[in-house]
Amino acid sequence: MKFGVVQFPGSNCDFDTFHALRDVMKRPTVMLWHKDHDLQGVDCVVLPGGFSYGDYLRSGAIARFSPLMQEVKAFARRGGRLLGICNGFQILLELGLLPGAMLRNKNLKFLCQHVHIRVENARTDFTRAARKGQVLRVPIAHFDGNYYAPPRVLRDLEANGQVVFRYCDADGNVTPEANVNGSLDNIAGIRNAAGNVLGLMPHPERASEALLGSEDGRTIFESLILSLEKRTPAGRPAAGKKARHDR
Amino acid sequence: MKVRVLVSFKDSVLDPQGQTVKNALHTMGYAAVTEVRQGKVFELELEGATRKQAEALVPEIARRVLANPIIEKFDWEILKGR
Repeated sequence: MKFGVVQFPGSNCDFDTFHALRDVMKRPTVMLWHKDHDLQGVDCVVLPGGFSYGDYLRSGAIARFSPLMQEVKAFARRGGRLLGICNGFQILLELGLLPGAMLRNKNLKFLCQHVHIRVENARTDFTRAARKGQVLRVPIAHFDGNYYAPPRVLRDLEANGQVVFRYCDADGNVTPEANVNGSLDNIAGIRNAAGNVLGLMPHPERASEALLGSEDGRTIFESLILSLEKRTPAGRPAAGKKARHDR
Repeated sequence: MKVRVLVSFKDSVLDPQGQTVKNALHTMGYAAVTEVRQGKVFELELEGATRKQAEALVPEIARRVLANPIIEKFDWEILKGR
């Protein structure tokens, strides 16, 4: 399977993400330039973190008009896997591929620190290598990560299992203290109703090697690889039908 | 024609920046201030637009780009022109 990382002017986690996917996860990975129209046949598009277009107007608001984003939108509508990290999550919200919006962090500070997030739904293409309730230690680095959605939208997200990650303490308790940016219901990451698009504020690529202090972020990339290569997590029986070998 | 668009958070949405400004005003002794909401101002120059065209165009631009309708509302007015 092949990953593609989209580069916007102002992206700054593009090379970190590229490195994590190509050198750590050992999968073919290409950079996708925001002005192109070609997704180069990738199986998964990643919108990396950073400050696309300087966060002018609102975080992620201008990047959605990039030529390549029309292709990305069509790719997602066809069921293509799309992962938005931090600014990438903000772009997905502005694009309307995920519901809700981001407000400034409740304490009005740029937060750059490790946080704990709990896997709320392990039956997604982005978390199938994890266990439900598993706690991941992953860094955040953002000013606008205070997730907001109207009450009706929040209810739908909860009812459909679309809340995939919540901020929690080291023991997995979802507390107000652990909710560093003030997100509604401690929401750190959500997926769309169809299940092929996920956005999260924490940076899994910055927690993908022991050298970086945590390898927990790899779980998300491993899950995507398992999903796209149609394999099951190691040590777990295949659910339902056995995967057929490629002929 | 020149128009001004004001974008601010909906009343139902918390505005931490506005609250911080309010707290600062209270610290300075302006106890009369009970609420501050912060927003953004855009001034647009429209070429050859009539009032009627502006009435269609400006709200569309505000909805699609200047404001995020999930969290923000907008107002607009004509500053110069017919």
